[in-house]
Amino acid sequence: MNIIEAKDLVHEFFRRDEEGNIEGISVALDKVDLNVKEGQFISILGHNGSGKSTLAKHINALLTPSDGTIYVDGKDTSKPENELPIRQSAGMVFQNPDNQIIASIVEEDVGFGPENIGIPTDEIWERVERSLKSVGMWKYHAHSPNKLSGGQKQRVAIAGVMAMEPKCIIMDEPTAMLDPQGRKEVIKVAHELNKKKGVTVILITHYMEEVIDSDYVYVMEKGKIVMEGTPREIFSRVDDLKHYRMEVPQVTYLAHELKKNGLDLPEGILTREEFLDVLNIG
Amino acid sequence: MFREITIGQYYPAESRIHRLDPRVKLFGTFIYLISIFVANGIVGFAFLTLMLAIVIKLSKVPFSYMVKGLSGIVVLLIVAGIFNLFMTPGQAILTLGPVSISDVGLKNAALMTGRMVFLIIGTSIMTLTTTPNQLTDGLETSLKPLTLVNVPVHEIALMMSIALRFIPILVEETDKIMKAQMARGADFETGGLIKKAKAMVPLLVPLFVSAFRRASDLALAMEARCYSGGEGRTKMKPLHYEAWDKRAYVFILLYMAAMICIRVFVWI
Repeated sequence: MNIIEAKDLVHEFFRRDEEGNIEGISVALDKVDLNVKEGQFISILGHNGSGKSTLAKHINALLTPSDGTIYVDGKDTSKPENELPIRQSAGMVFQNPDNQIIASIVEEDVGFGPENIGIPTDEIWERVERSLKSVGMWKYHAHSPNKLSGGQKQRVAIAGVMAMEPKCIIMDEPTAMLDPQGRKEVIKVAHELNKKKGVTVILITHYMEEVIDSDYVYVMEKGKIVMEGTPREIFSRVDDLKHYRMEVPQVTYLAHELKKNGLDLPEGILTREEFLDVLNIG
Repeated sequence: MFREITIGQYYPAESRIHRLDPRVKLFGTFIYLISIFVANGIVGFAFLTLMLAIVIKLSKVPFSYMVKGLSGIVVLLIVAGIFNLFMTPGQAILTLGPVSISDVGLKNAALMTGRMVFLIIGTSIMTLTTTPNQLTDGLETSLKPLTLVNVPVHEIALMMSIALRFIPILVEETDKIMKAQMARGADFETGGLIKKAKAMVPLLVPLFVSAFRRASDLALAMEARCYSGGEGRTKMKPLHYEAWDKRAYVFILLYMAAMICIRVFVWI
């Protein structure tokens, strides 16, 4: 059984005029199919307004389908009684690190989730310690989140989700507001959790470099999934990506252009090292 | 300009006062507030000052840090002081043209400003040594009986703690908006009080918009982490009294008794 199974998922927003009358309907998700196996690292790429955040909110039961179905860990999100179990098994990390930290001490914030689901006190402490260690933030456990850097705050937010021991973490553009250093930290932590703890990770982003190490990539545009495949498959279709206004990594683009001009190179080169290898200079 | 606000901010340190149960601190602060208005003579205030100094020393929070909290209300203090000084009828001890200072006025002004200063410093000790979450827990347990009359105690307590957490963030944001507007020629520094106040209005709109956006984000994040009201929640840091908490209760009661005795038996 897949941990996430979406079939023909549709989400519509009503556009309203100033008096609150319905003017029209925007389709944020248009018949999306998504299948994620447990333990995978999935990335969803897309531009602003492509519907990727709407999709993320469906996986966490913050939104429910207008049409179609989505099952998370075998539970239908449209049933109200499944809401809390789904949120427990599929945790969510948001974009703005400041707006998702509730407490003024790091450890109290990490404990917020376990408190909500009624975990006994001793176990809360164990979980807080374990999850803060897993993101490398244990030494800051008694600090105020206001004094941390963006990357550190985001790692605390991830620890807060980990403390609820979810099977799956959805990260909705966790790096969009961070500096390059913070972005690296967060992506590294996400991969570590995936490998060491076997947590399924769904990373939503518009930075192409961040998806290179994923198991599978989806590209969204105007509420539809327009491309899917392994990162290599996706990156070998440079022209398609350009069409969807996605910025490919420079080295991939360079290799692609060289190939077009007659150099014998494979498609879908992802990293600088790989490129050097192919060119036999490395 | 807003960075100096220290009211409601936690100062992390390891001290006896920090370790006290928040319920003790709430009770202590409550008693202390009453005692400020019980004291009305030199001996009373001297005793009050001594006790406050001991508590500040024990709390390991630098005194300068607390005084910073006062800077925000200096204007209020001066205005209140002046009004009391000149407007109270009584026997004039000093006359300067049309205005005169009476003996009662002098006493009232000193009492009024003194009380305000003690009030701010005393209550800031509580917020400086108690994390907002502890404070919330303390309030929630102390006010639990009110749930019987349908007061949403847990929700109010949570709202308070979130408000406290967001004070520094919103302060920073105000600073940013001010700088952005100053860069485009807005003037917050010159002009009279009214002009300055008017200059603040364009600050409020973007600040409110962003506060609402943050609130909606935060609500979503809380929901995503299974928050569904106070029912069925467990506590990460449940409250229980230690030996020192009991001693503190005794100390607080003795202090109040002493204050009352001073009021009743000492005349200066």
